[in-house]
Amino acid sequence: MNKRIADVFGGGKAFIPFITCGDPSLEVTEQLVYAMEEAGADLIELGIPFSDPTAEGPVIQSANVRALSGGVTTDKIFAMVEKIRKNTQIPMVFMTYANVVFSYGTERFVKRAAEIGMDGLILPDVPFEEKAEFDVVCKAYGLDLISLIAPTSHERVARIAREAEGFVYCVSSLGVTGMRTQITTDIGAMVQLVKKEKEIPCAVGFGISNPEQAVKMAQQADGVIVGSAIVKLCETYGEACVPYVKAYVKEMKDAIRAL
Amino acid sequence: MANGRFGIHGGQYIPETLMNAVLELEEAYNYYKDDPEFNRELTELLNEYAGRPSRLYYAAHMTEDLGGAKVYLKREDLNHTGAHKINNVLGQVLLAKKMGKTRVIAETGAGQHGVATATAAALMGMECEVFMGKEDTERQALNVYRMRLLGAKVHAVTSGTATLKDAVSETMREWTNRIADTHYVLGSVMGPHPFPTIVRDFQAVISKEIKEQMLEKEGKLPDAVLACVGGGSNAIGTFYHFIEDESVRLIGCEAAGRGIHTAETAATIATGKLGIFHGMKSYFCQDEYGQIAPVYSISAGLDYPGIGPEHAHLYDIGRAEYVPITDEEAVEAFEYLSRIEGIIPAIESAHAVAYARKIVPNMRKDQCVVITISGRGDKDCAAIARYRGEDIHE
Repeated sequence: MNKRIADVFGGGKAFIPFITCGDPSLEVTEQLVYAMEEAGADLIELGIPFSDPTAEGPVIQSANVRALSGGVTTDKIFAMVEKIRKNTQIPMVFMTYANVVFSYGTERFVKRAAEIGMDGLILPDVPFEEKAEFDVVCKAYGLDLISLIAPTSHERVARIAREAEGFVYCVSSLGVTGMRTQITTDIGAMVQLVKKEKEIPCAVGFGISNPEQAVKMAQQADGVIVGSAIVKLCETYGEACVPYVKAYVKEMKDAIRAL
Repeated sequence: MANGRFGIHGGQYIPETLMNAVLELEEAYNYYKDDPEFNRELTELLNEYAGRPSRLYYAAHMTEDLGGAKVYLKREDLNHTGAHKINNVLGQVLLAKKMGKTRVIAETGAGQHGVATATAAALMGMECEVFMGKEDTERQALNVYRMRLLGAKVHAVTSGTATLKDAVSETMREWTNRIADTHYVLGSVMGPHPFPTIVRDFQAVISKEIKEQMLEKEGKLPDAVLACVGGGSNAIGTFYHFIEDESVRLIGCEAAGRGIHTAETAATIATGKLGIFHGMKSYFCQDEYGQIAPVYSISAGLDYPGIGPEHAHLYDIGRAEYVPITDEEAVEAFEYLSRIEGIIPAIESAHAVAYARKIVPNMRKDQCVVITISGRGDKDCAAIARYRGEDIHE
C-alpha cells in the first residue's frame, strides 16, 4: 500500500476533491492543488482529460473538452505534477480513462507517475475483471490502483474489497458523475460489505455537492469525494477560481472535520 | 474464451456500475441461445416479420460490365426496415423481453439501427429511447421522424463530435443511470463482452444463407465475400460461416472519408492503433496521447473511430483483409449500382460495391464474389445529391 495514501485516513474523515488538469490552465491547476491543501483537503484527485469520458456527467465532460482544447497533454500534466511535488507532500492520485494510460504504454505511464510522486490511479472504465494488466504494473511501482464499487455491485463487493489497495471508492448512485439533490443508496450497508472482507478505508463519491450531504456520507464512511461541484466553480470563475474553490473546500472539510 | 476475448481484443472495459448488467446478459444469452422455444420465436420473427431469408441476387449487368468474376448481391436491403440491423435487433429485443426488461435504449449513426430498434420495440410492446448524434439527426432527418412515428423517443446528442461515437457514449451513460428495467440494444459487434458475440451470432444468419444459396446456385463456395465495416456487424455476419473456409477471401471495406492520408477519415485498420474504448480493446483512430480522433465519413453509419474486436483479431491473424474506400469512390459506386442494376444501395454498402469494382475485373470468369448490400439507399439520396452539388429537400 502506498505510504502517503495510508496516512490520509489516519485522523478523522477525509475530504477528497477532484479537479481536471488544465481547466482552465495548468498554472491554475497547480495553484488549486496548493489552495485545496491549505483549505484542508486530505488527498487530491487529478483528472487527466479524455476525449470521451463515458463515466462523466455534463460538468466534467465540459471540463475535459476545455482542457483538451487548451492543449493539455499527459506529458504536460506530468511536468506540472513534478513541479507540484517539490512543494507539497499531499497525497495525489490520477483519475483518467484506460486508453490514456494504455496508449502511453501502461508501464511507461505508471513508472513516470511514480517518479514524479503520484500515489495512485483511478480508472473508472477498468472493472475487477480487467484490472490485472494495470494492477501488476501499479504494484511494481508502488502506486495504488483504486477499486470502485457501485450500488449494483452486490455480491461482487467481497471479491473487489479483498484485492483493493489504498481505499475503496464507493460510487454513491447509479448514473454518471454530477451533483444530485438526493442520494438514496444505503452507503452504510455498502461500507459494511467492504469492511467485512478487509479493513480498508472507504470514500464515497458521485453526486455530493453540499456540506449536509458530505456530513451524511462521512457519518457512514471514511471520506467524501467531490468532483462536479468543484469543477463547476472552475467553469464559472475560470482563471479567478482559486479563492472560490479554496473557500468551498474549507467549508466542506470543516463540516466533516468534527465527525 | 475468457471475458470474451478475440486474441488480445475484446474484454469488458466498463464502469463497475454496469458489470452485473453485462454478466446477467451473458448468463441469459447463454441460456436462450440454445433454447428451442427462443430459437423458434426468433426464426418466425426473422422469416414472417423481417422477410428472411434475404435474396442472393445474381447481378448479371454488373458481371458483364466488369468482365471478371460473377457478382452476387446479398440483399439485406430488402429486409423489413431496409437494412441488416433488424437481424440483431429482433434477437436482442426478444432476449430483453425474456429477461423481463420493459425498456430498450440504443445508439444510432445513420438511423438504421435506431429505426430497427424502434420497430422491434413497437412490435414487442417495449418502451424505446434512441440516442443519435445531433449532426446525424440533421444528415438523416427522415430516420428521426420514422423512429418517432414508431413510438420511440429520440435524443440528439451534442457532446463531442455529435456523431456515432458520442451516441454510443451517451447510451452507455444512460444505461448506468437506469439498469434494472432497461436493456441496451447495441447495434454493432462492439462494446463490452458479450455484445460482440451476441451481435455476431444474430448477424451470422447472413453468411449461413449465403453459403446455402451459393451451393444451390453455383454448387461451390464464393471466392470472396465483401462487406462494408464501421463497427462491423454486417461484415462479421457476412464473414462468419466462411471463416473456416480458407479459400474464401473475407474483405471488409472501411470508410476512408476524404482519404487515409487526411485527418478526415474513419478507416480504423488503415489509420488506427491498439487501444481501449467503449468497453473493448481493439483498434481505434486516436492521437499519440490516446485521445479518440474526431473521424469523418460521408456515411453516418461508418463514421466510427473503432472496429469490433473480432475484426481486429481476424486482421491480426491475416484471415480477413480490410481496405479503405473514399467518399468519392463510394458515391460513384452508389450511382453505378443504381444505374446498372436498378438497386440503390445504402452509402455504407456502396463502399463494398466500390471495392468489388476494383477487384472483380482482375478475377477469372469462373470465380464468384458476393457483396452484401447491407441496406437500402433511399435515406442517402438527399445527402448524395448535396455531395453532387444539387440542393434537394426531403
